[in-house]
Amino acid sequence: MVAAAASAVAPDASRERSRRRARRRYVRSALLFLSPWIVGFLVFTAWPLIYSAYLSFTDYDVINDPEFVGTANYTRLFEDPKIALALGNTVIFTLLQVPLYVLVSLALALLLDRAGRSAGFFRTVFFLPKMTPPVAVGVLFLLLFNGQSGLINTVLGWFGIDGPAWTTDPAWVKPGLVLMSLWTVGASIIILLAALQSVPIELYESARIDGAGFWRQSLSVTLPMISPALFFIVVVNTIGGLQTFDEAYTAFFGSGNTTYSNDAALFYVIYLFQQAFEFLNMGYASAMAWVLFAVIMAITAVQLAVSRKLVYYEAEDPR
Amino acid sequence: MHGRVERRVVALTLSALALTTAGCAVGTGGTDDSDAQYDPTADLSGELSVMGFSGVDEVATARMELAEEAMPEVSVTLAEGDLDLQQLLSAVATGEPPDLVYANRDQIGSLAARGAVIPLAGCIEGEGIPTEDFVEPALAQVTLGGEVYGIPEFNAVQLTMANADLLGAAGLTIDDVNGSDWEAMSAASEAMTVGDGGSLSVIGVDSKLPEFLPLWAKANGVELISEDGRTANLDDPGVVEALEWAVSIYDDQGGFSAVKAYRDSADFFGEGNQFAAGLLGAMPMEQWYVNVLNDVSPDAPLAFDTVRDRSGAPVAYASGSAWAIPSGSDNAEAACRFARVMTSLDAWQAAAEARLAAREADGKPFTGILTGNTEADAMIQGMTTSGGEPWDTAVAAMYEANDNTFSLPANPADAEFKAAMFDAVNAVLNGQSDPETALAQAQQAAQEALDAGWADIESGE
Repeated sequence: MVAAAASAVAPDASRERSRRRARRRYVRSALLFLSPWIVGFLVFTAWPLIYSAYLSFTDYDVINDPEFVGTANYTRLFEDPKIALALGNTVIFTLLQVPLYVLVSLALALLLDRAGRSAGFFRTVFFLPKMTPPVAVGVLFLLLFNGQSGLINTVLGWFGIDGPAWTTDPAWVKPGLVLMSLWTVGASIIILLAALQSVPIELYESARIDGAGFWRQSLSVTLPMISPALFFIVVVNTIGGLQTFDEAYTAFFGSGNTTYSNDAALFYVIYLFQQAFEFLNMGYASAMAWVLFAVIMAITAVQLAVSRKLVYYEAEDPR
Repeated sequence: MHGRVERRVVALTLSALALTTAGCAVGTGGTDDSDAQYDPTADLSGELSVMGFSGVDEVATARMELAEEAMPEVSVTLAEGDLDLQQLLSAVATGEPPDLVYANRDQIGSLAARGAVIPLAGCIEGEGIPTEDFVEPALAQVTLGGEVYGIPEFNAVQLTMANADLLGAAGLTIDDVNGSDWEAMSAASEAMTVGDGGSLSVIGVDSKLPEFLPLWAKANGVELISEDGRTANLDDPGVVEALEWAVSIYDDQGGFSAVKAYRDSADFFGEGNQFAAGLLGAMPMEQWYVNVLNDVSPDAPLAFDTVRDRSGAPVAYASGSAWAIPSGSDNAEAACRFARVMTSLDAWQAAAEARLAAREADGKPFTGILTGNTEADAMIQGMTTSGGEPWDTAVAAMYEANDNTFSLPANPADAEFKAAMFDAVNAVLNGQSDPETALAQAQQAAQEALDAGWADIESGE
């Protein structure tokens, strides 16, 4: 009886050992193949993150050793009037930019979706500006939006509109930068176009049979079906908006503009950069970076919570 | 087993991070040149990496040839482009600084205060660099706490540049816009301005804010920072008055926004520049723009003078570059020799001859070079060639301005000081604040930065 039981257990134990060996091999292979990414992540992402967190508690000018100052850098954030200014500018820019960016992307993607065989050509045309270096876009901004001779105001003038001084009037600097950001709308168009083209045609046919017109189809079929892509674009652009730097820095703070820093374009990351590389307050800049990280995390968490009610994922369909 | 593998990965990661942390948290500040033996007759060897100097024109290459001849066994490598502070700091932080940097003089104070560049007393004495020949404000700009940290090179000064036709049409002369009489200058600006407030077609006078606030403050008898670089003076009533007046020049023309938009739209370096096209009455501008105007619009109706203070005396806000040796330089001897030769009389003579030949080949006058070295300036002034009027007047004004310069003294918070000053001016230009309030806030920010900077130096950090 015992022998019989032992012979019954033995194959199970053997199979278990075999499974474990296979799993170890699997883990080793996976780690081996993932190791380039893991090393890259540790060196270029995890390590800078940890080191930046450490620096945020120090007084560090890059040249001399960091000196531990506790939470002084974080306390200073609340006393620095430029933090509120820069954060305010950044939030206003993001609130203006994201909805407009999404609307324009969606409108152009809808047009491309119906463009037939010419869609490929226009898709390329819309995407090409995305390849332009941000620094060049900053310079382009100054040329296109110049209040006296810029193309934008020239075109507005054809319609009898007296355009504002986009680049020099503090009230119009951020709207101008928001409009300029549409220059790179191509990538979002491509994502939305792919989402639009993956909506099953049967859904539209069923909707039409039920008597739904264009707007009803758009609201009840198109938008829910592309909501994951829309959500992705909103999140990515929100993060991008909060981190905006290149174009505004080139236009208002970079080489050739070093003597004219327009407060209306002082975005959070620009001020962070100034603290780090112009004033050499690397510890304070690190604290600023972590505060921005916290703000982005909080906003993204809110967006994720809201998305549970607004975004439709087919794979999670309870039916 | 699976858990053990995970634990190993985590342990390995933490070990790697701990090692990297220990390895990276090392500063390099404070490295001196005590091992260096500076001797003008010594045969030097090795490599010399130079950051911030490109050597692209004849003035640079002629001097570089001499510098390389002075140490034939040294291999010189230039990092192209202007000095990138981010790049320099990264190099210093990783323990691999360049051997020599070419920086703006107003950066030297901050770099010196943090120990990023070394004092040059040994270099100056050992190589025999005649610092007494250098333009005094230029040398002051690289002297912190009594120690010289840079070898000055070049001087940029402002001249009054004006459109003679616009002046004549308004019944004015260059004396009305050279800064000697602010009321007259405001009236001249009003007389030459053409526009309807929001849209300009002629800017009367551009007072060139925010960058020239120090110039107008000095013209009003006020230094923005004390001679020892410790005390900000931004809230002085004289500075407030200067800012009020310089801003009023824009307000009278429809506001800074309108003037700047129009200024930015000009073909600044082209033959349709604002003077040639009759779009600007007058402005103070650095002397190098004389050459641009002479090149692209030699027949433009121009008038030149120095900028003058309110008593009528010439005044110019000097800026320029300097050679400095970073802490941890591997070849400080070669760096010092290079800086010495590049700023020597022989080098400036070679540069001037090269420039003169190039200008003669183009059929253009040689308008001189401001070197930051008084002996070299006098020598080169004697080599200038006539371009007729108004260019000869421009050259004379340039040398007169060069003899009457001032600069902001070196201090450990030059970037913060400038930022506070420009923020104040911009706040007033944008209508967000009045001059008195804005400058009071700037004074507080600037003084705090200065106090912190000096405290760091004195605590030996």
